[in-house]
Amino acid sequence: MTPNLNWYLALSGVLFAVGVAGVLTRRNALVIFMSIELMLNAANLTLVAYGRYLSDLSGQVFVFMAMAVAAAEVAVGLAVIVVLFRHHRTVDVNRVNLMKW
Amino acid sequence: METFIFFLFGIAAVVAALAVVTLRNPVHSALALVGAFFSLAALYVTLGAPFIAAMQVIIYAGAVMVLFLFVVMLLRLNEPQRWDALSPLRVGLGFAAAGAVLVVALAVVRQTLITPEPMNPELSKVAAVGEALFRRFLLPFEIVSVLLLGAIIGAVALVKRSEGEPSGSPHLGASAEPSGEERP
Repeated sequence: MTPNLNWYLALSGVLFAVGVAGVLTRRNALVIFMSIELMLNAANLTLVAYGRYLSDLSGQVFVFMAMAVAAAEVAVGLAVIVVLFRHHRTVDVNRVNLMKW
Repeated sequence: METFIFFLFGIAAVVAALAVVTLRNPVHSALALVGAFFSLAALYVTLGAPFIAAMQVIIYAGAVMVLFLFVVMLLRLNEPQRWDALSPLRVGLGFAAAGAVLVVALAVVRQTLITPEPMNPELSKVAAVGEALFRRFLLPFEIVSVLLLGAIIGAVALVKRSEGEPSGSPHLGASAEPSGEERP
């Protein structure tokens, strides 16, 4: 029984769900960011799987663009976290609550 | 054989992902994420996308995770933090929400019906991806370069200290006095 599309989609769904659990559960901003990257990778896996099973190259090109966007997002997001740390002296997202009512 | 490869790297990716989410030390989470990226790169190869697999290793494992580790070490977060301790309630709710997401995703997966086709080897070649990027998808390709430029400018502009702001490395609890007296 060779792997078919549904197997890859299920694996992608599991990885995405683990990423969601990470974002919701952890308080460290960096680990939350890592979980977001995990979710992005799960989406990339979906794209590549569809590209293979529909014999379309657009899947790989889309993943290329998504990787470039993710790299840019990591650069800016880490800059935000560094500035946040400078101001609050912590990366605990529960302590960064100046905008709370 | 293909089934074995799929399960080997699929389970490795899931275990690594769970390690990212559950390990206390951020450095350990980062290393687990590198492991997940490598497993995904292997899966991309099985899906006939060797170019994307190479890009995954270069960009994600090679650049993104290095950036993460830079920031972890810069902010001295390489120890488990007490405030990041998990209460069973939070873990339960987090995983329950993730379980809901998973149930929805699997429901969609069951609906997907695609007639299985053998892999088209022409689409695995890097030349094919290059041709697509430079012909059909030329405009998005060029726009991505502008996006990367904007990200570089944005990151530098965010972190740059303005005039008059106190400088100094952002150590957690570091004192400002010189420690010259303690040297023998």
